[in-house]
Amino acid sequence: MAVAIILILVAVASVLFHIFSPWWWTPLASNWRYIDDTITLTFWITGAVFFAVVAFMAYCVLRFRHTEGRRAVYNPENKKLEWWLSVGTAIGVAAMLAPGLIVWHQFVTVPAGATEVEVMGQQWQWSYRLPGKDGRLGTSDARNVSAENPMGLNPDDPAGQDDVVIQNDDLHLPLGKPVKVLLRSIDVLHDFYVPEFRAKMDMIPGSVTYYWFTPTRTGTFEVLCAELCGAAHAQMRSKVVVEEEKDYHAWLEKQRTFAELSGQRDVAKATYTRESE
Amino acid sequence: MVDVPFDTVAGVPPAEVGEVELYHPRSWWTRYVFSQDAKVIAIQYSITAMSIGMVALVLSWLMRLQLGFPGTFSFIDPNQYLQFITMHGMIMVIYLLTALFLGGFGNYLIPLMVGARDMVFPYVNMLSYWIYLLAVVVLASTFFVPGGPTGAGWTLYPPQAILSGTPGQDWGIVLMLASLILFIIGFTMGGLNYVVTVLQARTRGMTLMRLPLTVWGIFTATVMALLAFPALFVASVMLLLDRLLGTSFFMPTLVEMGTLTKYGGGSPILFQHLFWFFGHPEVYIVALPAFGIISDLISVHARKNIFGYRMMVWAIVGIGALSFVVWAHHMYVSGMHPYFGFFFATTTLIIAIPTAIKVYNWVLTLWRGDIHLTIPMLFALAFIVTFVNGGLTGLFLGNVVVDVPLSDTMFVVAHFHMVMGIAPIMAVFGGIYHWYPKVTGRMLNEALGRFHFWVSFLGAYAIFFPMHYLGLLGMPRRYHDIGETAFVPASAHDLNAFMSVAALIVGFAQLVFLFNLIWSLFKGREAGGNPWGAASLEWQTPETPPGHGNWGKELPIVYRWAYDYSVPGAAGDFVPQNEPPAGVLAQGAHP
Repeated sequence: MAVAIILILVAVASVLFHIFSPWWWTPLASNWRYIDDTITLTFWITGAVFFAVVAFMAYCVLRFRHTEGRRAVYNPENKKLEWWLSVGTAIGVAAMLAPGLIVWHQFVTVPAGATEVEVMGQQWQWSYRLPGKDGRLGTSDARNVSAENPMGLNPDDPAGQDDVVIQNDDLHLPLGKPVKVLLRSIDVLHDFYVPEFRAKMDMIPGSVTYYWFTPTRTGTFEVLCAELCGAAHAQMRSKVVVEEEKDYHAWLEKQRTFAELSGQRDVAKATYTRESE
Repeated sequence: MVDVPFDTVAGVPPAEVGEVELYHPRSWWTRYVFSQDAKVIAIQYSITAMSIGMVALVLSWLMRLQLGFPGTFSFIDPNQYLQFITMHGMIMVIYLLTALFLGGFGNYLIPLMVGARDMVFPYVNMLSYWIYLLAVVVLASTFFVPGGPTGAGWTLYPPQAILSGTPGQDWGIVLMLASLILFIIGFTMGGLNYVVTVLQARTRGMTLMRLPLTVWGIFTATVMALLAFPALFVASVMLLLDRLLGTSFFMPTLVEMGTLTKYGGGSPILFQHLFWFFGHPEVYIVALPAFGIISDLISVHARKNIFGYRMMVWAIVGIGALSFVVWAHHMYVSGMHPYFGFFFATTTLIIAIPTAIKVYNWVLTLWRGDIHLTIPMLFALAFIVTFVNGGLTGLFLGNVVVDVPLSDTMFVVAHFHMVMGIAPIMAVFGGIYHWYPKVTGRMLNEALGRFHFWVSFLGAYAIFFPMHYLGLLGMPRRYHDIGETAFVPASAHDLNAFMSVAALIVGFAQLVFLFNLIWSLFKGREAGGNPWGAASLEWQTPETPPGHGNWGKELPIVYRWAYDYSVPGAAGDFVPQNEPPAGVLAQGAHP
């Protein structure tokens, strides 16, 4: 009796916890509502199965508990029942998999008009790069990394000269414009993770990964690293600011290009050299 | 087979085994220490695994103290936290669960359940244990070397695992990889034994389709391990070479703390494929023995034949095979080609079907049974609850697009603890309460056992069920302290503190269990040869605990499957496997 009641309580408490949990996903700030919907659907199907299995067990424990003189029913198999259960399970699985794969197809198909934005991870900070007036990002290589060129951009690539480089600062994005985030690392694995955007992807030294999304809500969102990257993994933070187009352009105007930053350093270097002579 | 339980072996002459076939210990040392008897080796494996498991338990306490009360315990710094999670994970998955299920339960039960005198290669079996012990010692030694154990996470992903930004980069990672290599060598020796013993040393009448499901689970898991561990072996060797000799199997051109390294041309993703080619089957290497054990516990304690035996066997084999084509579901956000997602999500969700069949058949075995709520039965019920819970959240993480927001969050931690931590450990406990009387001749204390059960089951559920919701919230895993984060409400910290308190209590209950194991050895109630009235062969030995050679002079002859409970027309409520059918002259020495 007690065992059956506790089993039922476990099932009921799990459902109630789910309904009343104050811990729930963050308000969505991207186009990936379909991902949230797929999770909700999965919760319904799996929740029903969990409750049914545990409740059936509780019923069995209550109804078929040993008493004097009880004898179990000898029943090696029941092909028909096993067959129906398998088919039912397959249908339930398909009901979750099919929408999942459809949404995944959207997730991996980048719209043609998406703006490229580069995110670079290194132990333990984030840097960002936006294409300049030419709309193209210049090439980069870990071999170019130096104190003057921390993102390792190719100094000889004309396409990279007008790239906007953002270091130790927030990334700004315009509202409602699809973004293809190009992800890169110069040391270990990192993962660019903004919970409100739902999307995430590892960054791998030696290759460029990506995902895309469209910001749908203005605000400031916290960036975390979601792939263990060493001692200060938990402190690797930054922010993404999503704002209206005109605010975005005002912000963009103030940013420096790679050429400006390198030029500035050349000037600084020259000044320093002259003074020390 | 099921419908034809006997008659094929009628009239087979008794099986006497000549003295030459068994190695006989000549001294105390060869009897209890360098023993070649699978039963002694099983106990050695189990004690070693549980000892290193206690280290993992203490590490989990330290982790929970840090997560529940960040900043309170000054003796835990971020580096140590990473070292704790790494060692906890590695110990639990490989050195505890794999070793205990295969080396412990496998060694004890396979020869007894198939009606053999011992494993087929007793000397290799002994070596297997001693190499395993060496692997454990090497692993434990990393706590005492300069820099401490590695903090790379149990997945040991390069480049981070062997670079200086990760704790334990000097000695920790090197010894960890060396220990894994040793473990795999030792395991292979044991594993070949288990497989060959099941295939070659079954007693007469013990057809494959009469094997208890415990043997099917352990056998299939061992075959899988023999195929999967080599992937980890090569990955470990290559990573060791990258670390020690500066090769670049997994290392592209990269910068270490602002300085360009000499590495170049390698692929970090390659390591992940190798690791998970091992790592996913590993989940089932732990789960399949648990499936088998739970099937047997439910059948014995519900006094009912396991429902759908043939389907259960095929489900075990099917799951084992499928589990080799799903590994990359651990890598949906790793940056591998996105189109892999379609394939691996499909294969992963297909595995849910044979797995669900197993669950249905367990609960259908309970249905119209004669359920004795013994401690093994309670653990079996808890196994089903936690396994179903953890299995269903696997449908979230396996469905590629749903995995994207949830991967690398606490949802994953909650999922895998429920499905391959709590659930298999419930099976381990159920198995220990069930077979302890055979191993020692005494019953474990009932009151302590019930206390241990309720605290462990409800406590573990209270830790890991709410944890999913921190993951939904977006809280990442492997953070020693989430700190001030805009989207994390204060209540999440309270929940963390609650889970930590629950973890301390559950950990305490395990000490009660250890006390029970030792106390009952001396003071437990005498069990007799077959206290549960079980039909499988290990309960029919002439002596309890079984003597050297298991069966006295003659091997048993098997006439039926292992699940003849409550057979209509039979006198008792079970018929032992070696009980000859009416009209057939008893051939073997029946106790």
